[in-house]
Amino acid sequence: MPEITYREAIRQVLRYQLLNDDRVFLMGEDIGAYGGSYAVTKGFLEEFGEKRVKDTPIAESVIVGAGIGAAMAGLRPMVELMTINFSLLAMDQIVNNASKLRYMSNNQVSVPLVIRMAGGAGSQLGAQHSQSLESWYAHVPGLRVAAPATPYDAKGLLMTAFESQDPVIFIEHTALYPMKGEVPDEPYRLPFGKADIARAGKDVTLIGYGGSFHQAFRAATRLAADGIDAEVINLRTLSPLDTEAILASVRKTNRAIVIEDDWQFGGFGGEIAAIIQEHAFDDLDAPVMRCSGADIPMPYNGALEQAALPQEADIVRLATSMVQR
Amino acid sequence: MARTADQPPASIEQNATRGTPDPVTLLQTMMNIRRFEEKAAEMYARGKIKGFLHLYIGQEAVATGAIAALRLDDYLVTHYREHGHALARGLEPGRVMAELFGKSTGVTGGRGGSMHLFDISKSFMGGYAIVAGHMPLACGLALAEQYKGSDRIVANFIGDGSVNEGEFHEALNLASVWKLPVIFICENNLYAMGTAMRRVSALVEVYKRAEAYGIDAEQVDGMDVLAVHEAVTRLAAKVRAGGGPAFLEAICFRFRGHSMADAELYRTKGEIERWRKLDPIAQLSHRLIADKTISADAVAAMQARSDEIAADAVRFADESPNPPLESLTRHVYKEPADA
Repeated sequence: MPEITYREAIRQVLRYQLLNDDRVFLMGEDIGAYGGSYAVTKGFLEEFGEKRVKDTPIAESVIVGAGIGAAMAGLRPMVELMTINFSLLAMDQIVNNASKLRYMSNNQVSVPLVIRMAGGAGSQLGAQHSQSLESWYAHVPGLRVAAPATPYDAKGLLMTAFESQDPVIFIEHTALYPMKGEVPDEPYRLPFGKADIARAGKDVTLIGYGGSFHQAFRAATRLAADGIDAEVINLRTLSPLDTEAILASVRKTNRAIVIEDDWQFGGFGGEIAAIIQEHAFDDLDAPVMRCSGADIPMPYNGALEQAALPQEADIVRLATSMVQR
Repeated sequence: MARTADQPPASIEQNATRGTPDPVTLLQTMMNIRRFEEKAAEMYARGKIKGFLHLYIGQEAVATGAIAALRLDDYLVTHYREHGHALARGLEPGRVMAELFGKSTGVTGGRGGSMHLFDISKSFMGGYAIVAGHMPLACGLALAEQYKGSDRIVANFIGDGSVNEGEFHEALNLASVWKLPVIFICENNLYAMGTAMRRVSALVEVYKRAEAYGIDAEQVDGMDVLAVHEAVTRLAAKVRAGGGPAFLEAICFRFRGHSMADAELYRTKGEIERWRKLDPIAQLSHRLIADKTISADAVAAMQARSDEIAADAVRFADESPNPPLESLTRHVYKEPADA
């Protein structure tokens, strides 16, 4: 199987969609002449022309709103918002329009729209470019939220996103674009709401997604050296959430840690912890723990930034204390 | 042309095809909207309608004149004071009233309510309750039609309250640079809820804001249905021919409060009375009687027809069932059972 980057995996899907579906067009900030701020769409403008690859003004609300309107009219737009931080300027369109149109119209309207954005921290970009706000979108009924952790995930989930009849918030992690992994040449689809058990284990369940999945996986490798057998779940999508996979794992390991780059207070880890205690309380040997980002605006200084993010060592320490409890 | 009310009114489609308005039909439509809204107010007072209810009384000429100047397949994207637009487009009055009642026979099955009427079969793409939040959607619908190479256009009704929102400016800019087939129709009734336009706006001539984005923009007397019809006919033809977006500011006035909860502390009785003298329905009926297009008896018969339509709508709404509770969580996402 060829090894390609996360960036190339996303790029392959976009190119496949443009080549195979006339209804698909891409629009966003600097996706054309500039080639995309993460170089995902480099060369697309030359290959597909301005009708299919549209550079937009920096105006997130109308970019997303125009995507919603075009989707309502039967097209399959893909909107790129550069980063999740900028998506806040389109919050009205995403939350007040995209997520509600099917319900409000009593199923007369569909919004088959893919909104791509890069999230996450770790590149010393400061407080306004380093947020992980995926839980905000997962909170909203009517939206689908995907957060691929690997090149394989990215390709399969984005293929599925383009077939969704509902709006998909597709959150890529900035640090992962250059990451390589095995990806089949041919198109394939990964179902939404189906987590990947990336490592089977019996002592503790580590739950991550996007960037935090890799911290979890590395921690599991270190724990194994200490004789602790961790199971690692890559959620792939936050909405729908594979509750079954989480509960099945916890029933086996009796312990769980959620790893998230996001702030802890009111975050997605709290939701997972609540689901586990509601449905598997009697299976637990320890409280469900969260290894989250610090509840602060992200500092610029590299050492401070790393201290604000969940680290492999934190997960190892937490898991060890839970198993030895 | 003398005619009586028992002659069936020409359809909107025929009007659009002819390109000239049938003033009697326009009058009947305005009367139907007025009576419908009066009935809705009555039903609100009787507790049959809950939530917010924004009446269109006073502004009938704008929706009526504009929508009669459009094709039936032209998309309408409107604000939350949209009963008039729905009726002018030909949504069934009974199903609109049933929606206000929250009934299962309503145009959105009781899910949308007064502010969120939809009827896709009539290209009525919704009433929206976030000020200016629907303008980007109108751009997107227009973009889709441009993309498909169709000659369908979008009419986007907004209020004067929307012009200080960021989305207004984002939408006008995008529509202009991409030459989108959309006509923005701003119903400037002088008050954004209870705040006078002039108190909070750096530029009160709204159409000049559109001009600043390179959009053909003009102002029209929004109390004169024929003037609105003429302006929209002309601007829509330009938009349909690929000339890019257009903007029409219709100066009008709502005779009732912003919603049913409005004590109207922000404007005087005198001001309301002055505007009432410009009542679009009275203006047109006097004109048609004066030039002998129609008799006073015929106007009375038309009014009786409106009464009947509104009464039938209320009866239909009242007799309709509530949506079943077990439907609560349906249609959040596409379901396998959906076609």
